[in-house]
Amino acid sequence: MREKATTLYLGPQHPGITGNMMVKLKVEGDTIQSASTHVGYLHRGFEKLMERRNWLQSFTILCRICVPEPDPNEENFARAVESIEGREVPERAKWIRAMVLELARIGTYLLWFAGQSGSAGLYTMGQWSIGDRDYILDLFEELTGGRIYHMYIWPGGVRRDLPKGFKDKVLQTMDYLEKRLVQYDKLMFDNTIFQKRAKGIGWIDPAKAIEWGVVGAPLRAAGIASDVRKDDPYEIYDKLDFELGHATTSDVWGRSQVRRFEIEQSINMVRQIMDKMPEGEYYNRIPNPMKWEVPPGEAYVKTESARGEFGFYVVSDGSNKPRRVHVKGPAYVHAVTLLEDLLKGANISDVSFIMNSLGTCPPEIER
Amino acid sequence: MAFFDIKGLVNPLSTLKQFGNKPHTVEYPKKHKETADRYRGLHFNDLEACIGCGNCSTICMNEAIDMIHLDNIEGSEGDSGLRPRVDNGRCCWCALCVEVCPTGSLNMTKQDIFISSDADAFLWTPGVSNPEGKDILSFTSDEKTSLSLFDRVPMPEMEGEERVKSFAETMLYYTEEAAREEASRCISCSLCTEVCPDHMHIPEYINAIARGEDEDSIRIIYDNNPLGEMCGKVCTRRCEDVCALQVRGDAVAIRWLKEYAMSRAETADILKEIVNPDIQPANGKKIGIVGGGPAGLTAGYYLALKGFDVTIFEANEYAGGMVMYGIPKYRLPMDSLNKQIDYMKSIGVKIQFNTKVGKDISFDDIYKNHDAVFVGVGFQKPYNIGIDGEEANGVIPAVSLLFDVNSGKTPDLGHKVVVIGGGNVAIDGARVSRRLGSEVVIMYRRRVEDMPADWEEIEGAEVEAVDIMPQTIPIEIISDENNKVTGIKYLKAEMKADAGGGRPRPVPIEGSEAIMEVSTVIGAIGQEADYSFLSDEYMNKIEINRGRMVVNDQQQTKDPKIFAGGDAVNRTADAISAIADGYRAVKAIEKWLMK
Repeated sequence: MREKATTLYLGPQHPGITGNMMVKLKVEGDTIQSASTHVGYLHRGFEKLMERRNWLQSFTILCRICVPEPDPNEENFARAVESIEGREVPERAKWIRAMVLELARIGTYLLWFAGQSGSAGLYTMGQWSIGDRDYILDLFEELTGGRIYHMYIWPGGVRRDLPKGFKDKVLQTMDYLEKRLVQYDKLMFDNTIFQKRAKGIGWIDPAKAIEWGVVGAPLRAAGIASDVRKDDPYEIYDKLDFELGHATTSDVWGRSQVRRFEIEQSINMVRQIMDKMPEGEYYNRIPNPMKWEVPPGEAYVKTESARGEFGFYVVSDGSNKPRRVHVKGPAYVHAVTLLEDLLKGANISDVSFIMNSLGTCPPEIER
Repeated sequence: MAFFDIKGLVNPLSTLKQFGNKPHTVEYPKKHKETADRYRGLHFNDLEACIGCGNCSTICMNEAIDMIHLDNIEGSEGDSGLRPRVDNGRCCWCALCVEVCPTGSLNMTKQDIFISSDADAFLWTPGVSNPEGKDILSFTSDEKTSLSLFDRVPMPEMEGEERVKSFAETMLYYTEEAAREEASRCISCSLCTEVCPDHMHIPEYINAIARGEDEDSIRIIYDNNPLGEMCGKVCTRRCEDVCALQVRGDAVAIRWLKEYAMSRAETADILKEIVNPDIQPANGKKIGIVGGGPAGLTAGYYLALKGFDVTIFEANEYAGGMVMYGIPKYRLPMDSLNKQIDYMKSIGVKIQFNTKVGKDISFDDIYKNHDAVFVGVGFQKPYNIGIDGEEANGVIPAVSLLFDVNSGKTPDLGHKVVVIGGGNVAIDGARVSRRLGSEVVIMYRRRVEDMPADWEEIEGAEVEAVDIMPQTIPIEIISDENNKVTGIKYLKAEMKADAGGGRPRPVPIEGSEAIMEVSTVIGAIGQEADYSFLSDEYMNKIEINRGRMVVNDQQQTKDPKIFAGGDAVNRTADAISAIADGYRAVKAIEKWLMK
């Protein structure tokens, strides 16, 4: 007997992602015929809120746009404002920023390990990598005073200098994580079950990837070497020696390989940064925040976040508040439009698995 | 990879080795993980150091901070008496409140856990809710990290040697750029407005300057002060003493900013065009004002705007009173003051110059021909120094010297002048004497830090090579056979703690007596009012207590038709208090006459 198609509502809470997002699935048996994504559960209107906050107040909202990796938001906003204002950033601050961004990337990839393996039923990996991510968060706590929301990179530089002994702690944590990667390999990447789940799943057509707006690890896994850090270096990335992750399979497996490789690269980059970071000032003070007016102008800046190219468009009309802030994040492309396509013909149990491989971050979709 | 990849199946089992490892987690609540030194936990506020400026509340983008009254905290000058209360349900721990706290009293602690079933418990008054917080401060701000701008934009000044060559203004005042920068430091807390006798709208006019709207700034100043430029140059600026920024840095240069704004209007006509006042139609009531000083001019200006027929009776050739004749021209040039007075005349204030009440016109005439009288006579009569030899030639009261010099005379003071006193008038006398070519010594009973004069004036005197001799008590003026001053005998003093708990007292040191050769002695130990223009009848009607006219909070004397203000009424005896008196009297006179 032929089974009738049924509608399945996956979410808004489900294990695939950090945040709330729903996917409406038309399934026959456990095969998806069509999928439509539903967002809006997390909408807080950050872009609009910033139009009602002064420039410094806006800085505290930004980090919430992506909970697992708030720092590219801060860096983007700071750099956009600096570019409109023409404000100089001390050299040391640029190195500190790059360090923060790379630590954030490592932390986010660790969180992604947990989601990717967890949605395949491999829960041990999640416990390990979330636990290890906490060592990164410890570093953030020491540096910025906050574990998740750092509110650290602000226009003009960074908020505080490195605390005493911080460099050693960072290097120790990097050594520890590097050793852990070997164990991760044994548990996850060399694991036949994981490999069988990941290979051939969630295939993105490399020929259409750019047309669709795919960025970040999914694009690099499709064999296209694209990374803002290389293509359009910001802060001090042109002074670092690193390679991009590369794969050609364009599936979940390829994407996981890219991330696995890049976490190693980031560890390496943090070491280079700690080695080369110059002494000096860390902050070029802004005017009185109550009266800080940014001259009229606009700027589009982008960073390579753990999810891919991440852009901020900031407009000032010369007042003490942003006239417009527009956030261009990868999650919107990946998880709202691309996902619908990828899910056609997939198995129900692979929905969360595929979503994870795209680096879906609902709060960023909903900014 | 074959379907049965043995390695790939066995590898994950290596996880089992982890069983022997120590866990990464801590067992809460048995053990509490120590937070980092910079942790942004719950707030703590040092209630003593906090001045209730409310900057934390202003910057909070979550509107989580309210400024509230606490039972045991009284407001005072420079302290609003309010303290922040944080709604921990709204707080996002960004710690911007810490970064903008001008006093550094508000900080964050290491406390990361707070549990309560009572929703109201999350309304948290830092410092009250967690007194133990002071020992676990973590995220704090210091002078380097604070977002308050503690450094004042320096005021350009004339070089010391150049200054004493003329009576040109020593302050060169802010340029447009400097004024904008200085104005932008203000955090608009309004503590200054509270303490200003006239309650000028200080944050508002400073904000206007910061925005580049100088004309707006002038209009805001003119709302309750018609002598803004004068105040901008010579005000005693109690506002700056309470500026939130002076706790850890330099106060905003409120006085110089006012000067900057007012000097944008270069002539009385331009001033009139900018202020563009709304003058009420004549109401038929006549007001007579005795004395054209700051109090009388202020009353006259605002009464004229309200449609009253105002006449000011001024004894001298120019209006301004002590401000015109008692303040040296290097601080307040005549043109500046005359510009402000010309503008007042242009809106209908009538001034009868060279009309001394009691001599050229009787007070009785004024009283009978007007519906109300405002008396603003000031303190013009100097006190005697009170030592032997005071009647010698060459002993001059400072106010007389200032009057003569401001009237265009250049008295010859000889080679060396000694000034007795430590107030602004003493410093003025000393600096004027320097400009007349004499060597100058100031003798003051107490220490330099005890001098009531403005610190900037004292600094100015030092730059101009005035020799300040603190802890020096003059005891006798010595003169020659022609009764001409030749020297001054004095004692050195040491400071002894006051048994009554008052400020330390100077006690003469035995055997320290010395004589200094001088050609002129200038006394500057205070003035009093001269009420000789009042007949006994009026003296009885108006109560006078210790040299001051007694008024109610409406500036009204015992005779309801007579209002009074200025030095002859208030104890602070400065121009801004006189302006405040005049402004208050306007409202009272209007209320009393137009009821």
